[in-house]
Amino acid sequence: MLKSLHIDPAKCTGCLQCEMACSYEHHGVFNPSKSRIKVFNFEAEGKKVPYTCTQCAEAWCMNACPVDAIRLDAATGAKVVHEDICVGCKVCTIACPFGTINYEQDSGKVQKCDLCDDNPACAAACPTGAITYIDADWTGLDKMRQWAAKANTATPAT
Amino acid sequence: MGWARKILRVNLTQGTCTPEPLNMQWADEYLGSRGLASKYLISEIDPKVDPLSPDNKMIMSTGPLTGTMASTGGRYTIVTKGPLTGAIACSNSGGFFGAEMKFAGWDMIIFEGKSPKPVYLYVENDRAELRDASGLWGKSCWETEETIKKQHQDPQIRVSSIGRAGENQVLYACVVNDLHRAAGRSGVGAVMGSKNLKAVALRGTKGVGGIKDFKGFMAATTAAKKVLADNAVTGEGLPKYGTQVLMNVINEMGSLPTRNHKDVQFEDASKISAEAMHEKRASDGKSQLVTNAACFGCTIACGRISEIDKGHFTVVNKPEYWGASGGLEYEAAWALGAANGVGDIEALQYANLLCNEQGMDPISFGATVGAVMELYEMGVLTSEQIGVDAPFGSAEALARFTEMTALGEGFGVEIGQGSKRLCAKYGHPELSMTVKGQEFPAYDARGIQGMGLTYATSNRGACHLRSYTVASEVLGIPVKTDPLVTEGKPELVKAFQDATAIFDSAGICVFTSFAWTLADVQPQLQAACDGDWSMEKLNLVGERIWNMERQFNTAAGFTRKDDDLPPRLKTEPAQTGPAKGLVSGIDKMIPEYYQIRGWTPEGVVTEETVARLGL
Repeated sequence: MLKSLHIDPAKCTGCLQCEMACSYEHHGVFNPSKSRIKVFNFEAEGKKVPYTCTQCAEAWCMNACPVDAIRLDAATGAKVVHEDICVGCKVCTIACPFGTINYEQDSGKVQKCDLCDDNPACAAACPTGAITYIDADWTGLDKMRQWAAKANTATPAT
Repeated sequence: MGWARKILRVNLTQGTCTPEPLNMQWADEYLGSRGLASKYLISEIDPKVDPLSPDNKMIMSTGPLTGTMASTGGRYTIVTKGPLTGAIACSNSGGFFGAEMKFAGWDMIIFEGKSPKPVYLYVENDRAELRDASGLWGKSCWETEETIKKQHQDPQIRVSSIGRAGENQVLYACVVNDLHRAAGRSGVGAVMGSKNLKAVALRGTKGVGGIKDFKGFMAATTAAKKVLADNAVTGEGLPKYGTQVLMNVINEMGSLPTRNHKDVQFEDASKISAEAMHEKRASDGKSQLVTNAACFGCTIACGRISEIDKGHFTVVNKPEYWGASGGLEYEAAWALGAANGVGDIEALQYANLLCNEQGMDPISFGATVGAVMELYEMGVLTSEQIGVDAPFGSAEALARFTEMTALGEGFGVEIGQGSKRLCAKYGHPELSMTVKGQEFPAYDARGIQGMGLTYATSNRGACHLRSYTVASEVLGIPVKTDPLVTEGKPELVKAFQDATAIFDSAGICVFTSFAWTLADVQPQLQAACDGDWSMEKLNLVGERIWNMERQFNTAAGFTRKDDDLPPRLKTEPAQTGPAKGLVSGIDKMIPEYYQIRGWTPEGVVTEETVARLGL
């Protein structure tokens, strides 16, 4: 069963533990500037929103790559950048409608979320459950349950 | 290794920025942030220096855990000689600025001299340069941050700056980062203003590597985060209610200083409490509180993000204040509210927003307004003199005073000098609720006796963050002690003071200490840092830092008589609540405290203590 990263911005406090976990997992340093997940702060609305790749089924980045460096990991559904093949042309960064694949100066390659080999470090580090890794077919389950709970099941008086 | 091992020295007189290696021997002896920056300051300045002269220095410093995955590891400290007190000033701030300094590869930045014209420091990793800030002078902290990000076309820059209060050298001006986090107390912003330094803008992409034992560090920080999550205060109370969770609790204890400490309970406390921030307003059906928010790396998230009532008289024609922003925290709500008898929570939020916008400590400001209102009610100050009718409880007066002080207008200039100078000028020095010239925070020393000793002996003047014995005396952390007695308090205060010095010097938030003891911090430091960071070592370093600060103050001219409370707290008993009939037992506690500290009866650190602590 495939899983997806699922983000609930209402639970995000903006602590950036996810960004540090991501950079540590992939680069061995605590460094938000190398994180593949970013938390955006909309100050005037009091809103924090974590944002990363959703692993599109028909991935624009993958289709755009001229050297076939972005490939499907069938086990996780992640679209993974193979650094040994990537030439750093950045076409994928133009193709991606969401901006979630980005160039990285130090390596001269692009980087994107790879779901950490089925164990995303960001989700593990999130202290509030704003980022979870759940059944890809049922990311709406919690919301459905919340609405279901509001259903009035009392028998109408006759 | 935790440390970046590199410091930046900025000579503002000459306009130079010079990297230096961090003194690793001092890092081993003083850990980081508060302790290590104080060591540098004390080694480099004359303790008698005029705090607002070019000969004073100002240091911004991170700790070894700043910029790591340790929970709350985003703190930085500003250390300088403070203009409000003349003592060592050391103010700590969260937000995201501290971590960014570390990511750019610096442990600390030392500012010396005075720039001939307004400048700001721009740091991008190894590159550091002073830039012209004449276009920023006169702008608020909020405008400054926005303008710098626009000028550099980089929304990811982190900025610390002073507002109008710091430029005007309000003696309790603060340095604001990330819009509403502040190195708040003791007037560090006035020192920055005196140096013509408007802002520090940082962008760091190097990150923090070189943790000594990465695997061990991840295990230690994960375990420590679980302790925070499982604790009722850090896992539940603070995220839900923020520090404001204390308002009703402290009021019921009869320890909420009210109307310049004339009373110890405020009849409108519930109207300015955490619970009130959650309630829906009659005017617009919204609650003041929008959400909670975290500083960098913090898994507690006590911060309050609020929206003021757009129809309130303070902001009705000022849409610039209508958006969500920081506030109210407990200290600000108390100082702007109970201390002045003002029970209008929207007026408090307006004053709080102005304090953040123009960089002003709401504690010292609010407490000074309390003294002004008492002088007004006594007839010593008149509305002609001060420009407004100012009886206790006047939200209109509070709002006007905030504007006047933040912008340096009219009588606000005198309020900006703090209550010690103001009360002395008008012939009533006894009405200044201060120690060493710094205003009290939100706990009355008659109802929580340990806090009296905390205030009297704090190295930066009256302050709750140097030994928060409220944790023990009110909340029972780590053990419950009776708040109404003096017995055992000298030991308690010393233990809290020494431990807090470690929390501050590590680069983490002291709020973790609701759940963590040093035993929770120790494995995180041991895994991050080179060298021995055993419990014994930490206890020794904490005590060493405290005594080093004390020695500086002694050399600056402070004596036994400065470790004291205003006469009101020693002679006017609490009139209501559990502490009814009590005054502070400070005179009993001080000699015992000195003895436990290994100081002379005059409060001077003895040769034996110097030798024992390796000072």
